[in-house]
Amino acid sequence: MSLRNVVTVLGGFPALAGVDLDICQGGVALLRGPNGAGKSTVLRLCAGLVALESGSASVLGLDLATQVTAIRRRVGLLGHQSGLYDDLTVADNLVFWSRAARAPKIDLGQIMDRVGLVPRLRDVRVGSLSAGQRRRTAMAVLVARRPQLWLLDEPHAGLDAAGRDLLDDLVAEAVGVGVTVLMASHDHDRALAIATQVVDLAGGINRAQLTETGGPSLLSPDPSGADAEATPATHPATATEPAATAPTPVGDH
Amino acid sequence: MLTDARLVAGKDLRLEYRSRVTLTQVLPFVVAIVLLFGFAFEPDADLLIDVTPGLFWMTVLFTAMLSVQRSFGVESSDGVADGLRLSGMHPAGIYLGKAAAVFLQLLALEVVLGLAVSLLYGTPIRGLGVLIVTALLATAALAGAGTMFGVLAAGLQGRETLLPLLFLPAVAPVLIAASQSFELALAGDSASGLRWSALLALFATVYVSFGALAFGPLLEES
Repeated sequence: MSLRNVVTVLGGFPALAGVDLDICQGGVALLRGPNGAGKSTVLRLCAGLVALESGSASVLGLDLATQVTAIRRRVGLLGHQSGLYDDLTVADNLVFWSRAARAPKIDLGQIMDRVGLVPRLRDVRVGSLSAGQRRRTAMAVLVARRPQLWLLDEPHAGLDAAGRDLLDDLVAEAVGVGVTVLMASHDHDRALAIATQVVDLAGGINRAQLTETGGPSLLSPDPSGADAEATPATHPATATEPAATAPTPVGDH
Repeated sequence: MLTDARLVAGKDLRLEYRSRVTLTQVLPFVVAIVLLFGFAFEPDADLLIDVTPGLFWMTVLFTAMLSVQRSFGVESSDGVADGLRLSGMHPAGIYLGKAAAVFLQLLALEVVLGLAVSLLYGTPIRGLGVLIVTALLATAALAGAGTMFGVLAAGLQGRETLLPLLFLPAVAPVLIAASQSFELALAGDSASGLRWSALLALFATVYVSFGALAFGPLLEES
């Protein structure tokens, strides 16, 4: 996946103002940065949900400007929202979304078991589930759709400790079969444990990019300071943009 | 495309089956309208029979708006619209599926409505074949137009109030043609009623064709 000088405008403001990224296939890339850095926008851009204003982007070897439908079929987005129909049951949602993505026929029991949903929840309306159960159902949909690129926006939010461990296991399994994962997270300690690549964003541009093949070696402190709200993230050894060029920060989208 | 349409229609009908919104909210609304019109015109039973076609289709029109609002309300909750875009389903397939679900729900309500006006107003049923053809074509036109305007309104602020403003003027010709066809059929002039049905077939074709083409860009903006 490759972004070159990517600019996107949302609501009249530049959400991304010249991002350059190279994400290794089959790896786990962590997007870091304060609120408003553009992490969610990068994820939505890679999903083909945000228009490219200028620059060029290639996702899974496909041109984002001209092959957006093909890209969408190959990516899965686990965002802040569950993307589930409240009035449908867990089983209904899983079957509908997997069929919509033309994924191979799923074994409902197996997938629910894999994400820790007990069988009795199969015929329960999603609107009746707890927040954690909804999150697990959304994870089950992601697994059932079998995308080649997982885009995870704060994936650990709303999950208990077991749920967070489960998510990390699912990511590891997916990577094991060649899936690429791009995630935005403020839970740096946990995310760094599985990341093979780290990208620091601030104010809509990327500040640094650090690539390692061994995940644990990335377990260095966040150069920006954890969740720094105003200071652009900068790694002294890998910074690609001078701090003074940061445009006006805008909100996550 | 047809596979996507079947999948979406099945999902929308399942949503209605699970939520029972049509049964518990829309159906009582239909019955209430029939009763209220009955109370309003009770002193003049002949007038009530005369205005039955217009009342019938006005009620269907209001019901169609509720169905369309419900159809797109479920798509705007909790990131579902993003899921639809990411699914890679053919936009025309999504459109046809949603329109088909609205069409079937409206047809079911029209059966109940027809029985209600026949029983409560004492309207004699004649020209049943023309009535059925008219109902099928007019409902297809309403579902087609409603689904198109539904996704358009879904992307705009104040969608609940915008939908009637967009939808009602656009389907006024359908209301006129369907009412005329019903009136002529009930009066025993089926041949003239069929001529209005032909016009309804044209409206249905235009609305559904245009909706299938426009749905993709409108979904992106919603």
